[in-house]
Amino acid sequence: MLRKLLDSQKEYFEPDGPLHRFHPLYEATDTLLYSTPTVTEHPSHVRDALDLKRMMSIVVFALLPCVLMAMYNTGLQANQAIAAGLEPAGWRASAVTAMGLGFLPGSILSCFVHGATYFLPVFVVTFAAGGTCEVVFAIVRKHEVNEGFFVTGFLFPLILPPTIPLWQVAVGIIFGVVIGKEIFGGTGMNILNPALLARAFLFFAYPAQISGDAVWVAVDGFSGPTLLARAMVDGSQGLLAADMSWWDAFLGFIPGSMGETSTLLCLLGAVILIVTRVGSWRTMAGVAIGSLAVSLLLNAFSGHVKNSYFDVPFYWHFVLGGWAFGTVFMATDPVSSAQTEQGKWIYGLLIGVLAIGIRVTNPAYPEGMMLAILFMNVFAPLIDYGFIQANIKRRAARNVATA
Amino acid sequence: MEHYLALFIKAVFVENMALAFFLGMCSFLACSKRVTTAFGLGLAVVFVLAVTCPMNQLIYNHLLREGALTWLPVVGARMESVDLSFLGFISYIGTIAAIVQIVEMIIDRFVPALYGALGVFLPLIAVNCAILGASLFMVERDYTFAESAVFGFGSGLGFALAIVALAAIRERMRYSNVPAGLRGLAITFIVTGLMAIGFMAFSGIQL
Repeated sequence: MLRKLLDSQKEYFEPDGPLHRFHPLYEATDTLLYSTPTVTEHPSHVRDALDLKRMMSIVVFALLPCVLMAMYNTGLQANQAIAAGLEPAGWRASAVTAMGLGFLPGSILSCFVHGATYFLPVFVVTFAAGGTCEVVFAIVRKHEVNEGFFVTGFLFPLILPPTIPLWQVAVGIIFGVVIGKEIFGGTGMNILNPALLARAFLFFAYPAQISGDAVWVAVDGFSGPTLLARAMVDGSQGLLAADMSWWDAFLGFIPGSMGETSTLLCLLGAVILIVTRVGSWRTMAGVAIGSLAVSLLLNAFSGHVKNSYFDVPFYWHFVLGGWAFGTVFMATDPVSSAQTEQGKWIYGLLIGVLAIGIRVTNPAYPEGMMLAILFMNVFAPLIDYGFIQANIKRRAARNVATA
Repeated sequence: MEHYLALFIKAVFVENMALAFFLGMCSFLACSKRVTTAFGLGLAVVFVLAVTCPMNQLIYNHLLREGALTWLPVVGARMESVDLSFLGFISYIGTIAAIVQIVEMIIDRFVPALYGALGVFLPLIAVNCAILGASLFMVERDYTFAESAVFGFGSGLGFALAIVALAAIRERMRYSNVPAGLRGLAITFIVTGLMAIGFMAFSGIQL
C-alpha cells in the first residue's frame, strides 16, 4: 500500500512535474522505506550488499542501547537528586506526575519516562533543525538526502548534557550540519565529524550550559561535580571518595552527557560495529593502546608533580566521561578518520595519547576526548597522504626492479 | 632541559603561529594547494625562523636595548643611556630579509621545481608576519639566546605542521563538492577556522 502511495505521487516529482524541486524529499522517503530504484549502470562499481544506507543503519542500531540508557540514566540521576531532597519543577515534572508516576529512583519506569522527557525534546529538536538544513541544501544543490545525517542526529543528543537549552541544541546542530558538512558537499566529503564539531561549537560558545558542576543532573538547583571533575581536583583520591564506584561508572549510572555514561553499552556497540566491519577495530585498538600507554606513563611520573590527576589509573580513564563513546562511535567515523589501514593505527594511537594527555595536563578541560578526536580529524588526511605516497614509492620501486 | 622542552611544545602546539595567533595567513592560505609545495615552504619557514629569532635576540640585547651599548669603548659612560630600541622593527626585518635571500638562493640552486612552485611567496617570507611576530614575541618575553633558538625552531615547526596539514586537507577536498561561491580561498578560510577549533585542545595548558 505504501508502495502504491509512493508510486502514485511519483509523477509530481519527476523532472517536469510541478513539485520537481522537492524531488530529494520524495527520494529520501522512498529509499528509506524501500531499496533504491536506480542503480549504477556503467562499469567500475563495487557490488556489495553493504551500501551507505545499510552501513548507517548498523551504526544507529549499535547506538540504540546507548539511547535507551540515555533516557534511563538521565531519569535515574534526576530522581536520585529528587529523593535527596530537591523539588521537581517545570513541565517535565508535571508531565511525569500527570502520568501517575512518582519520582522514585528505584522505579525503572519512572526513571525511564522522566529521562525521556529530557532526551526526546533534544532529539526532536536535533532532527527538526538539522534535518531542515539538510533538506534545504539537498533541494537547492540537488543532491540526495541520505542516511549520513541520520547518524549525526543520533550521535549529537547523546553527547549533550540533559539540561542543555533547546535553542542551543538547534544552533549547535545547524552549525555542525551546515559548516561541518554541507558546505563541503554533504555526506562523505566533510573533514571533521559534524556531531563532534557541533558539540565543540557549543562548548566554546556557551560554556556555562555544557561544562561545570550544575548541568549534568536534570533537576534545578542540583550541583555536583562529575567524576572527571573530581579526578581533576583530587586525583584518584577524589574518585575513591566519591559515592559512585568503578562499577557504577562502567555500567553508566553516573552523571554525565546523556548517552555516553555507560562503558558496557559502548562495548556492546563496539562488538556490533566490529563484527559487521562498519567500525574499524584498528582505530579502536589504537585509541585503547595509546590511552593505556599514556596513563601508565603519567602514573609513573605522578610522584614528581603537584597535579594529582596524574595518578588516576587507566581503568578509571577508560570508564569516565566520553572515552568509550568517543572511541567506539566518534573516532571510527569512516569519513573523518584516516582511511588507510596503517593510517588508522597511527590515527587511533594519537587520539588515545592526546585524549588522556589533554585530560590530565590541561587544567581548562577535564575531558579531552572530543578535542583529541577533532584535532586528529584535522591531521587524518596528512596521515593518509604519508601512507599513500609511501605505497606509491614502494610499488614504483618494485616495478623498476622487475622491468 | 625540561624548561626548553616545555617552551618547544608550547611554541609548536599551544601557541601555534598559524592556528592560535593567525599569523602568516597570506602564505598559509596561498601555498597550501599541494602537500609538496606546503612542505617546502614549511621547511623554509622553519629554517628562517630558527635562524632569525636567535639572531635578532643578539641584535636586540647587544645593540638596541637601553644600556646595551656599554661594551663600546668609544664614549664610555654616556653609552649607558643610549636606547636604540626604536630601531627594532627595521633591524629585525633587515635580518629576516637577508636570511630569506640566502634561503631563496639555496632553493633556486638545488630545488628549482620548488622555487617555481613557491613563486613570489618565497621572497615574501621576508614579510611573513609569523616570522617578524616570533622576533617581537622574543623581545616582549625577554627570552635568552637559547630560549629564542628553541622558540624560533618550535614556532617554525608549528607553522610547517599546520600548513602541511591544511595542504593534505585541501588535496582531499578535491573530492568534495563545495558550493560554487565558496570554492577556493573562501572554503580554505573556513577550513582554517575548523582546524583552529581542533588546536583549541591545547589552549590553556600551562607548561
